[in-house]
Amino acid sequence: MTLLEIAARLALVVAAFLLLPLLVGQLEHKAMAHMQARLGPMYAGGFHGWAQLIADGVKFAQKEHVVPAEADRKVFSLAPAVALLPYLVVLVVVPVGPGLVAVDLDIGLFFVLAVMSVSVLGSVMAGWSSGNKYALLGGLRSAAQLMAYELPLVLAASSVAMAAGTLSLSGIVETWSPWWLVWQAPAAVIFFVAGLAELHRPPFDMPVADSEIVLGPYTEYTGLRFALFLLAEYAGIVVLCALTTVLFLGGWRGPFADEELGPVWFLIKLFVLAFVVIWLRVSNPRLRADQLQKLAWQVLVPLSLAQLALTGVVKVVMM
Amino acid sequence: MTAAEIVFVLLGVVALAAAVLVVTTRQLVRAALYLVLSFGAIAACFLVLTAELVAWVQVLIYVGAVVVLLLFGIMLTRAPIGPTSDLDSRNRPAAIVVAVATAGVLVTVLVRGFGDAYVDLGEPSTGSASGIGANIFRYWVLPFEILSVLLLAALVGAIVLSRTDIGPPKDGDG
Repeated sequence: MTLLEIAARLALVVAAFLLLPLLVGQLEHKAMAHMQARLGPMYAGGFHGWAQLIADGVKFAQKEHVVPAEADRKVFSLAPAVALLPYLVVLVVVPVGPGLVAVDLDIGLFFVLAVMSVSVLGSVMAGWSSGNKYALLGGLRSAAQLMAYELPLVLAASSVAMAAGTLSLSGIVETWSPWWLVWQAPAAVIFFVAGLAELHRPPFDMPVADSEIVLGPYTEYTGLRFALFLLAEYAGIVVLCALTTVLFLGGWRGPFADEELGPVWFLIKLFVLAFVVIWLRVSNPRLRADQLQKLAWQVLVPLSLAQLALTGVVKVVMM
Repeated sequence: MTAAEIVFVLLGVVALAAAVLVVTTRQLVRAALYLVLSFGAIAACFLVLTAELVAWVQVLIYVGAVVVLLLFGIMLTRAPIGPTSDLDSRNRPAAIVVAVATAGVLVTVLVRGFGDAYVDLGEPSTGSASGIGANIFRYWVLPFEILSVLLLAALVGAIVLSRTDIGPPKDGDG
């Protein structure tokens, strides 16, 4: 690979990083509106409000940065970057087609899990440095939630790694076969649910619960920094859906023409999953803190251990 | 010096400086955040030595879980913004002596034991997931199993400590 080729691939990743979250955001605006029997944005840009998020971005850029007097300035301004950047770094190793990956790491799965876990530090830092008790509560809640859901996430991912016999993301897609949809189904559900909890998406939005602690860690943020946190949330959805696709749904594999249409299949699966994320938000009430912990420790962890055992047994019997 | 050596030394300086800041800063939460920087620099050191798996495990476990746990603990008890005056106790000289002595012992042991051991950076198999897996489960199975039993004992101990209904019989229980 020449230097130019690497630069081109990284530029593509950055472009995808800037574009896909906006598409998911727009999908959320429209899908949620129609599920609630309203229209959603209709004016910005003319056709069904397609430019709504661009208009939002312009609005955020014009707003004033406010740093509360009681805040820890440095940590407060560093937090949005800590929340957002890990997702950009993760996208670098996600394969979208045969050989179509910016950097093909030997232990891509481990890399992805490690880097994703850094992102929650952003909301913990934001929660503490704001000097606001609602923000502090939100930060605490997000730390507690991360600790509960990190374990099932890693266990579910390692079940796939065992099944595929490799930690490379491209390798996992290559060894994937349709019957994994049954064999690894519990792991897929656990991974997706735990991922949603790490992203603080409803129904796991206890840390940002806007109706009780006014958006938790993000309460004091304004303008572009707040926009960065929003972007981190949508980039997180893209990354989670992309990873679920790669690990459990066969990535670029499709019913026909894997080689030519690989990225198309990948994107279709990604957006179907993103739609499920939005659907869950609209149709489920928020879980309470004790229900959150119960779900993680009493349901997801034992289930993922059982899945790990099942994967091991099937793997040994099949060999 | 090769480029790898220069990068390694620079990362070591970052890790050491961050570690010193952890113990000298007067702001409690910032100390934990400096710890993140130190762990990150150490992970990068592992990367330079081509021990990829160890590097990412370091990030996943220490940055992703241990520091979050630390922050959770600090924020749950007290998390003042700005300097805390009572961070230093009178044990400071003793702590410095113990720290210097421990560091001296560790450095001596490492230099005496592995002073002439070199990692061949051109051969990537030793640090990869398969290399480490083969080593652990071929040559180091016993320590691995002992560690897992130790962790299990700690787990059971934590459960016993945190459950109030299975403690020793209180006075008047008969």
